[in-house]
Amino acid sequence: MMRFLLPLAAFIVLVGFLAVGLNLKPREVPSPLIGKPAPVFQSQSLHEPERILASKDNLGKVWLLNVWASWCVSCREEHPLLVELAKSGIVPIYGLNYKDKRDLALQWLSQYGDPYTISVVDPEGRIGIDYGVYGVPETYVIDKNGVIRHKQIGPVTIESLEKKILPLIKELQG
Amino acid sequence: MNPVSSFKPLKNSYQQKIFGLRNIFSTKQFILLLTLVLLSPLSWAEEALPVAEDPAIEKRMLALSEDLRCLVCQNESLAGSRADFANDLRREIREQLKANKSDQEIIDFLVSRYGDFVLYRPPVKPATYLLWGGPFVFLLIGAGILFFYLKRRRKQIEEPPLTEEQHRHAETLLKENKGNNA
Repeated sequence: MMRFLLPLAAFIVLVGFLAVGLNLKPREVPSPLIGKPAPVFQSQSLHEPERILASKDNLGKVWLLNVWASWCVSCREEHPLLVELAKSGIVPIYGLNYKDKRDLALQWLSQYGDPYTISVVDPEGRIGIDYGVYGVPETYVIDKNGVIRHKQIGPVTIESLEKKILPLIKELQG
Repeated sequence: MNPVSSFKPLKNSYQQKIFGLRNIFSTKQFILLLTLVLLSPLSWAEEALPVAEDPAIEKRMLALSEDLRCLVCQNESLAGSRADFANDLRREIREQLKANKSDQEIIDFLVSRYGDFVLYRPPVKPATYLLWGGPFVFLLIGAGILFFYLKRRRKQIEEPPLTEEQHRHAETLLKENKGNNA
């Protein structure tokens, strides 16, 4: 009896490990910045280069920082959702135009809609490095004290919006 | 000896054209010319110019980035990756080195932004105890299993001592055998 049970048990354990391993997402590296103050940045606005936006201007309100670029294909996927979210007025969305060209970015926004209160430019990806950006799109939820509370890696989906981001925003605003 | 005088013109016009050079140059000149022609490509073959002006910083940057993971292409180091992201981080490391930051400060900077995941050598801490200790645990388990298995096996192959009766029986058999041989 033992002769069969032992390999069977070993097999079941192995399948268990593989099942867990298959469902892990190695692409999504947990950010060490969650629960920490959002890195301070100061950069030009995309629409009005002479206007400088500093991240500390947003203290006192809950806001989203969405990293996007006109060359980023999955940004198109999440974009309609962001436009809708911006229309609802629940939360201001600030854009970080990551490693992009101004004219292409502006054209992209006029084509797909502009959900951003303000987009700031990060042509060399320096602000991105401060925020631990390693792919586009990424979205950060930042609270009234300027602390990062959540990082969405990859496009925002209806599911992630309803399950995580919106409840969190409600909680932070309340 | 004049090499030209000992030179027999070849009938093939093509060969004549090539060796005809010897009519213009002496052998010594010809060899010198040949050597120069062959050496000339080497003058182009410089080592690839490092991106930074300062080779010392470049060397330190490479040494550092060997042990850092590129998050975009996760099985490559920052040093080996050609991803745009790796390029940016290498630039960042270079700049911080120029600003006289120590290796540890730069590593701390990257870890604070990207987490321990950027390190190819994760630090020893509660979350990584299993990672670092796991192989040794398995080694101990394996050694234990081997030990008990060998112990049991020895018991199995150890011959039980003969009883008095078996002894006598064996002796008679041996005697019979001797008798037959004689």
